[in-house]
Amino acid sequence: MAITRIPDTSHEPLLWEYAASRESADIVSLDEKYGLFIDGELRAPKSRKYFPTINPASEEELAQVAEAGKADVDDAVASARTAYEDVWGPMAPAERAKYIFRIARMIQERSRELAVLETLDGGKPIKESRDVDLPLVAGHFFYYAGWADKLEYAFPGITPKPLGVAGQVIPWNFPMLMLAWKVAPALAAGNTVVLKPAETTPLTALVFAELTAEAGLPPGVLNVVTGAGGTGSLVVTHDDVDKVAFTGSTAVGKLIQSELAGTSKRLTLELGGKGAHVIFEDAPLDQAVEGVINGIFFNQGHVCCAGSRLFVEESIHDRFVDKLKRRLNTLRVGDPMDKNTDIGAINSRAQLEKIEELVDSGRSEGAEIFQPDCELPTSGFFFRPTLFTGVSQSHRIAQEEIFGPVLSILSFRTPEEAVEKANNTPYGLSAGIWTTKGSRILWMADRMKAGVVWANTFNKFDPSSPFGGYKESGFGREGGRHGLLAYMDLGET
Amino acid sequence: MTLAPARSSVLPDRITTPTLRTFLRGVPSVDEVGASERVAALSTRSIKKESKRAALDLMIRMMDLTTLEGKDTPGKVVQMCAKAYRPDPTDASIPSVAAVCVYPNMVPYAVQATEGTGIYVASVATYFPSGLSDTKLKIEETKKVVADGADEVDMVIDRGAFLAGEYFKVFDEIRRTKEACGDAHLKVILETGELETLDNVRRASMLAMAAGGDFIKTSTGKVSPAATLPVTLVMLEAIRDFHDATGVQVGMKPAGGIRTSKDAMKYLLVLNETLGEAWMTPDWFRFGASSLLNDVLMQIRFQETGRYSSPDYFTKD
Repeated sequence: MAITRIPDTSHEPLLWEYAASRESADIVSLDEKYGLFIDGELRAPKSRKYFPTINPASEEELAQVAEAGKADVDDAVASARTAYEDVWGPMAPAERAKYIFRIARMIQERSRELAVLETLDGGKPIKESRDVDLPLVAGHFFYYAGWADKLEYAFPGITPKPLGVAGQVIPWNFPMLMLAWKVAPALAAGNTVVLKPAETTPLTALVFAELTAEAGLPPGVLNVVTGAGGTGSLVVTHDDVDKVAFTGSTAVGKLIQSELAGTSKRLTLELGGKGAHVIFEDAPLDQAVEGVINGIFFNQGHVCCAGSRLFVEESIHDRFVDKLKRRLNTLRVGDPMDKNTDIGAINSRAQLEKIEELVDSGRSEGAEIFQPDCELPTSGFFFRPTLFTGVSQSHRIAQEEIFGPVLSILSFRTPEEAVEKANNTPYGLSAGIWTTKGSRILWMADRMKAGVVWANTFNKFDPSSPFGGYKESGFGREGGRHGLLAYMDLGET
Repeated sequence: MTLAPARSSVLPDRITTPTLRTFLRGVPSVDEVGASERVAALSTRSIKKESKRAALDLMIRMMDLTTLEGKDTPGKVVQMCAKAYRPDPTDASIPSVAAVCVYPNMVPYAVQATEGTGIYVASVATYFPSGLSDTKLKIEETKKVVADGADEVDMVIDRGAFLAGEYFKVFDEIRRTKEACGDAHLKVILETGELETLDNVRRASMLAMAAGGDFIKTSTGKVSPAATLPVTLVMLEAIRDFHDATGVQVGMKPAGGIRTSKDAMKYLLVLNETLGEAWMTPDWFRFGASSLLNDVLMQIRFQETGRYSSPDYFTKD
């Protein structure tokens, strides 16, 4: 007779630790020093200044990068102007499309290299740069390449014209993706570009610039000037720039808008957010947990459309928070190059300090904090995934953008209350609604003052779908047919 | 064994179809897209070196090595039991499987062939695979396989009754089968390929657990699709909710269609990151499979030697 023991509990459970599974960095070969990409080549800056860019997961220097001064920005804009007047502007749209398609294909071919570099320079988990960022980057170039020779069909009855030279300033949270969102539609609409990548994440933009040269893109069509805020200011205020596109903080966005007041420059802004995630009692709870986790911990919460405020219907509040806490304990925080890492490094020391300051304010204002007791690496900038419960609308952590892995949880009783609280912010970029009741999704979506409303999902992006803000989250749309508008003159003046 | 008193907390005292309907309507709904995305994300985990070897070993120890064919014979069953005990005759470090799973007629042969090995004998019952017979006959069959020495009984639910909303009929059959099992361990097959929606899977899981199932199991293997990762995730989430509500731990068995260790690895990842360490044991998780074992053995050989061996080096019993 076989042994019978019901239930059998004779076997020790396996405590399954995942061995390190590091993506190799060998695929990336970096120069010690990078110049500015002007007129189709990397050249030393006239400013003669360089600054280091580091790996935020180890604090080791990756390369020295040029800091563009006024003379450099002048050169870049002049190169872009010449290319616009002589080459790119007059070029047949179908020819422009060929270059953009070629760039898209080359991004795909080199996506592993670019993903690794994105992770090294920015700190995001390799699984995200590999599976999310780079596929979307290539997708945006393919998508806008397709529009390049069909612009009159995008706006029937109108013969659209390009604007000229576009000055674009992008942030450090999605360096390649924000580049793609801006460069692809600008080029497809016939403009030339001066791009200023973020100070802490300049490397993929420089490698991309070299890639466009390999693709044969005519010199001057794309220029990349690296540097800090001062360089960005030189780009956006330059007299010969026709169009400014900025993604970054609301404070800087307001500054740019006031600087451009009274000029003929066109402006689009993608600014901060304090996205609301609203969970109703009848929601698919376990999938909602995943949506909330993805909404706030994707890319360490360095996402302008992050769902950083969670509103849970009171009747399921405790149960939902318990599920969230349990899920937080399974998040793997650490080396961004490990393929199993869920939460990587905070992008910079300055950002880490900002997160710490706001979390301290949450504590002192009386909200209850929960963090898993996972081990953090000893070097580099890391922060534990964090939940705050018992948050009130009047707490700073419910009002200010933290831009880190920190979720503020509030409760509501009725749909009207949920709408009122969710909209009670100067921002209006994103919102998530979780309910199985279709009519309620539509009712809510009508009332949420947010540029993007997701239903029973979150953080979904597609090149064909426009993205942008309400209120102090900015104006203008990127992505889709709407994304072309920011780079075209429809002759409406 | 009767219904554990702890379970009364999820169900009213007097159980009827209306009370069960109310109970099941309280089960959270499932978003199919979200569930699929979650398992796809977990499937990208990269398991290497010693963590891979530990998982391969556990896959064997969690296996219900199965033969459920009309052409089964005592000879076939006895050979499979030998394989179950010593999966790789050239390597004594390879563990035995958890159990063998056979048709009712084959139970006496399996019991004899596994005597003294510690391998359990599981028998399908309740007019497997359709379950379309009279409840009394199903109970009789259950009693017979237990009397013949089966340690575990894999029953099928009445899918037709479930889909028709006759929840008490389903509940009552599970409860009576559990009583008929005595000390044997009851696994309740939901046949998720016929329930079709994940909402149904989640409700049927709760019903089976409330009625006394020790394990819930995806499939008979006779219906396509059999086990899938989203279905398994949803059943594991139901197990978690049931454990939260009652303190009762219930086991999980995906069965059918899991043929490679790469597939099985994904199931272990979903298990580990949904229910955690307490379920990472053959006491609470089983793979129902027939061809998975040799693929796991090949992977272990590869881990040890760095080379893939021909399938001819592994026994086919």
